[in-house]
Amino acid sequence: MSRRIIGVDVGGTFTDVFSLDTESGRAGVAKVPTTRPDQSGGFLAGLRHEVESLGEIATVVHGTTAGTNALLERKGARTGVITTEGFRDVLEMRRRDRPRTWGLRGDFVPVVPRDLRLEVPERVLADGTVERAVDLDAVRAAGRALLDQGCASVVVLFVNAYANPENEARAAAALREIWPNAHVAASSEILPEIREFERFSTTALNGYLQPEVAGYLDRLEGALEGEGFGGEFLIVQSNGGVMSVDTACRLPVRTALSGPAAGVIAAGYIAESAGFSNVITGDMGGTSFDVSLIAGGETVLSPQTAIDFGLVVRTPMIEIATIGAGGGSIASVDAGGLLQIGPESAGSDPGPVAYGRGNDRPTVTDANIVLGRIDPARPLGDGLGALDLDAAKAAIRRHVAEPLGLELMEAAEAIVRVATSAMAGAIRLVSIERGFDPERFVYMPFGGGGALHAGAMIAEVGLARALVPRYPGVTSALGCVIADMRQDFVQTLGAMLDELDLAALRDRVQAHVDEGNATLDAADTGFAAREVRVELDMAYLGQTHTVAVPVSVEMDGATVKPVSAGAIRAAFEATYRELYGRLLTSPIRVLNLRTAVIGKRPKFDLATLAPDPGARVETAAKGARPVYAQGAWHEARVFDRLALPVGARIDGPAVLEQPDATIFVEPWLAAEVDAHGNVLLTAKESAA
Amino acid sequence: MSLDPITLAVLAGRMEQIADEMDATLFRAAFNPIIAEAHDASHGLYHAETGETLVQGKTGLPIFVGVMAFAVKAVIDKAAEQGGPQPGDVWIFNDAHMGGTHLSDMRLVRPYFRDGELFCWLASVGHWHDVGGAVPGNYNPAATEAFQEAVVIPPVRLVRGGEVQTDVLDILMRNTRLPMSAEGDLNGQLGALDLGVRRLDALLDEYGAGTVQAALAALGDRAETLLRQAVAALPDGRWEAEDFLDNDGIAPEALPIRVALQIEGERLRLDFAGTAGGVTGPINIARPTAIACVYVAIKHLFPSLPANAGVLRPIDIAIPEDSLLSAEFPTPTGGYTETILRMIDVIFSAAAEAAPERAIANAYGTINALSIAGKRRDGRRWVMFSFYGGGHGATAESDGLNHGNAPISMATIPPVEILESAYPVAFRQWALRPDSAGAGARRGGLGATYEIEVLEENGAEVFFFGERGRFAPKGVAGGAEGACNRFTFQQGDGWAAPPLVSKMVGIRLRQGQRVRLETPGGGGYGPAAARPARDVARDVALGYLSEGAADAGHGAAWREERA
Repeated sequence: MSRRIIGVDVGGTFTDVFSLDTESGRAGVAKVPTTRPDQSGGFLAGLRHEVESLGEIATVVHGTTAGTNALLERKGARTGVITTEGFRDVLEMRRRDRPRTWGLRGDFVPVVPRDLRLEVPERVLADGTVERAVDLDAVRAAGRALLDQGCASVVVLFVNAYANPENEARAAAALREIWPNAHVAASSEILPEIREFERFSTTALNGYLQPEVAGYLDRLEGALEGEGFGGEFLIVQSNGGVMSVDTACRLPVRTALSGPAAGVIAAGYIAESAGFSNVITGDMGGTSFDVSLIAGGETVLSPQTAIDFGLVVRTPMIEIATIGAGGGSIASVDAGGLLQIGPESAGSDPGPVAYGRGNDRPTVTDANIVLGRIDPARPLGDGLGALDLDAAKAAIRRHVAEPLGLELMEAAEAIVRVATSAMAGAIRLVSIERGFDPERFVYMPFGGGGALHAGAMIAEVGLARALVPRYPGVTSALGCVIADMRQDFVQTLGAMLDELDLAALRDRVQAHVDEGNATLDAADTGFAAREVRVELDMAYLGQTHTVAVPVSVEMDGATVKPVSAGAIRAAFEATYRELYGRLLTSPIRVLNLRTAVIGKRPKFDLATLAPDPGARVETAAKGARPVYAQGAWHEARVFDRLALPVGARIDGPAVLEQPDATIFVEPWLAAEVDAHGNVLLTAKESAA
Repeated sequence: MSLDPITLAVLAGRMEQIADEMDATLFRAAFNPIIAEAHDASHGLYHAETGETLVQGKTGLPIFVGVMAFAVKAVIDKAAEQGGPQPGDVWIFNDAHMGGTHLSDMRLVRPYFRDGELFCWLASVGHWHDVGGAVPGNYNPAATEAFQEAVVIPPVRLVRGGEVQTDVLDILMRNTRLPMSAEGDLNGQLGALDLGVRRLDALLDEYGAGTVQAALAALGDRAETLLRQAVAALPDGRWEAEDFLDNDGIAPEALPIRVALQIEGERLRLDFAGTAGGVTGPINIARPTAIACVYVAIKHLFPSLPANAGVLRPIDIAIPEDSLLSAEFPTPTGGYTETILRMIDVIFSAAAEAAPERAIANAYGTINALSIAGKRRDGRRWVMFSFYGGGHGATAESDGLNHGNAPISMATIPPVEILESAYPVAFRQWALRPDSAGAGARRGGLGATYEIEVLEENGAEVFFFGERGRFAPKGVAGGAEGACNRFTFQQGDGWAAPPLVSKMVGIRLRQGQRVRLETPGGGGYGPAAARPARDVARDVALGYLSEGAADAGHGAAWREERA
């Protein structure tokens, strides 16, 4: 039987493919153009690039932006809402916020318009008491009305359903009898957690995405099977774990950050294999720079995100801080004489001035070209001719150098300096501001442009070193191949620790574990191990924000053993002390239970990606070209990065090139190729 | 010392980050939801001698951006009387006549020394849940003196040379109904100041004090230049606007707020002559608050201006003596939010005449502070205090936002489920309010209807402090006004309204009785007749607009569109 695993990450411009033959250890990478609107064309082209026949593939793992795009472009299905009397407008009223602090401009259009949000008589109180049983005739009538209105999906959103799901469950069951497809969900099924707007929003967006994402995955699965694929098809979730296609069709909202999450998972694994468990990742794209932190081998999860103003998704996702500084960010001098990078961006189309596609305002990439760090004769993008160096120079001269009274090269370097300063700020945000010392972290740039600025990150943030993975352009696709299978569960408890029903808590955890295990059992993948993680959101009485407290739960086979109140208290106090320094005397409250059930997928040895043993530095050398840095021109040696042997050490100034990325080794840096073919960048004096 | 443009750009970002990080630290650590959830707090760096705002965070409450300079100046003056600030000192106070806003806002001010010299000040302000006074939560609409609103703390040293003065702490904690919450918030604010000191140390180590000092000066000049250029681009002229507050909570008379906006070249003059004189009730504001409010209005009209004192240099502000806008101690100021919201409204209305394309119609214009409080069967006290939202004004580009937050704030509203789990109440309605938006080519945003039932068998007491009960939010460029604020409550067998319409103290509700708050929508932009029939028909289909109101506001053309 074939042992080939293929990861496919579909991005806006390129579809990245990483394939691994687990038998031979042979790996391959490919980058093909993304096809639109149907992404399956590019997807299949990418697979065919790696295998003769799809029958050779055991597993395909997919990182997708289909859900995110459908939300951003408001192209989800016509969705109906059935809700508690008096609460029709929760989705539209949000948490009474506004898009921006200053300006008071802009409005909000909810994904479910008001005429498709219908109320029915029912009410549950905060303590779970059913004050009024749900009127099922009214539910059926509302369901039929929504069907008549052309709804393809329906969600049941009842107030306080987290405390008692009975009314919601009965309403959903009644709807399922009359609804013509599977797109029916209740908020307590999707997210049994307190806070109605966040729960309703997550559930409604899930319903809105269901037909779209399920349709896309069905088409894709059909096309795969049509070409002889008989293996397992998995989807990456925002939490960095994979799920089955069935789960993805039921919970598409969990794919919101699928691709970026896979990238972070890969970064963690590559760094760990290279001997680093503390990593800060930096993914530089055309319009943005995404940063994430891995401490002690653990990615940081955030509980929710807003895909756009008012579109809140609450599901655990890998925390990624984003700033608007990418290669396409435009440099300008404002009326007050300050050099600014972004927020305007030329993106990848029209892209930088040097692309010659109509943009005439200088971007960060233009500055890198003028500085000689990107070779104008060797364009990065697909279908581009030679880059127009003169146009890039003219744009920088006119829009930056002249207004600031700088020379051209000073201006180009200033653009990069201000951009990297903003990038460094994003890194500080996830590290120093959270109490992590950057000196203990390795910086891992990925994406095409990240490795150009690795030196600046070392210098500005005080990171010890940078590790550039062997294939920085396909990191997310690689992450697809190694991600574990993970299911997250939540249940609001809302009790004082002293009054917490410990038997009921054990039963809740058991229910989560049973459901998680059932999902793992249903998968074709053999898991190397299984893991259950339990966290309680806790706080002192009167506090608004809770802290996530990891609680160790012992298992007897598949049976969860009870946890004592004393152990929970000790765990809370340990966590609290670490975060805030000192404990308080107030009573302790337990708000939510969170359980994660993880199936560890077997990992592959990154040594399979290592350079050819016959590689030589001499054959990798491609000559030299002038590069501008620190106010002067330097003659930088140029190398074919993938042809460098293990152990090669290249002192800066140098440029290491590969098809989809460029590494700039600044004059004060040294680059070293490690056993897996990663490039390690360190300051010369500390590298010796 | 002159600075190269690259270092300046880098330092601008670094210093803003310090203030942002101080904000984030307090939001995480604070106990009370008004800070932790609603972000009613702010942090910044202030000039060593003048107290002027040098840098302020992006995430803090907008009104504080302008007002904190006065708080710092009050401490500078106090410190001077006491032999000057020493390293490790922290002053605390809430006196609104010195520091602006109201007594709920506790200000902490700390000198920052570098090489033995005062380099700048750091300050933290946050809205505490309760600071004593007659009404839980401190919105006392019937106050006639500051003493009835809250305990009044002048600038005193809470920390001396790094040592917390427990005597001062004890006084503070004895004067709040919620000492646990207050102590949690105070610790959070002290922590934010500590963090600011550490971050500034690192920044000055890296760049040197001289360079950072020069950058601060340059950034102030830059803000000034930006506003001068923006003002110069507008036509010269003089435009007037007026609006009214319902009353002062004591007497029924309406109170005018007037402004004349004058543009002459690069300068802007705002003259509030003709505004009502000082009043007995708590809607007076101190002069620092009035000036800060001008800053907020200007920054909404020119959102890309940076947050520092340079912005105020090209603006002349004339505030008449003895007016509502220049109150002296101990006049009550608890309802300052209502007065500055009306100031913003008149500034927007006047600016709309000068620059219609930039105009923003009036937002709902009241903070709607509603406090429902009582004792549970076991004797425990409960106070549900919150602000409620309304519609935003329309602009040339879009309809107003439905159910937004107040222009002076970025506060979010707590979820119903959090409120119901914490307090013995049930919300019977939490909905948009049809027919509340001002009509126009672009309509205003819709206000909301909140209906709350008391579940506690002991009943509850209700306090309400709102505005816009008699004078609706105005449209601009020919747009119509939104609906008025409406507050009612059950008494006996029927519904009643407060005699002063938008303000009420201590009405008792029995178990099962309700209050209903219907908030204003925003004003419209441009004539209603210019709204496409298609958009009117859609508003009717969505239930934003009743058929009758659609006919009255727009004629019958929309009916054909629907057919």
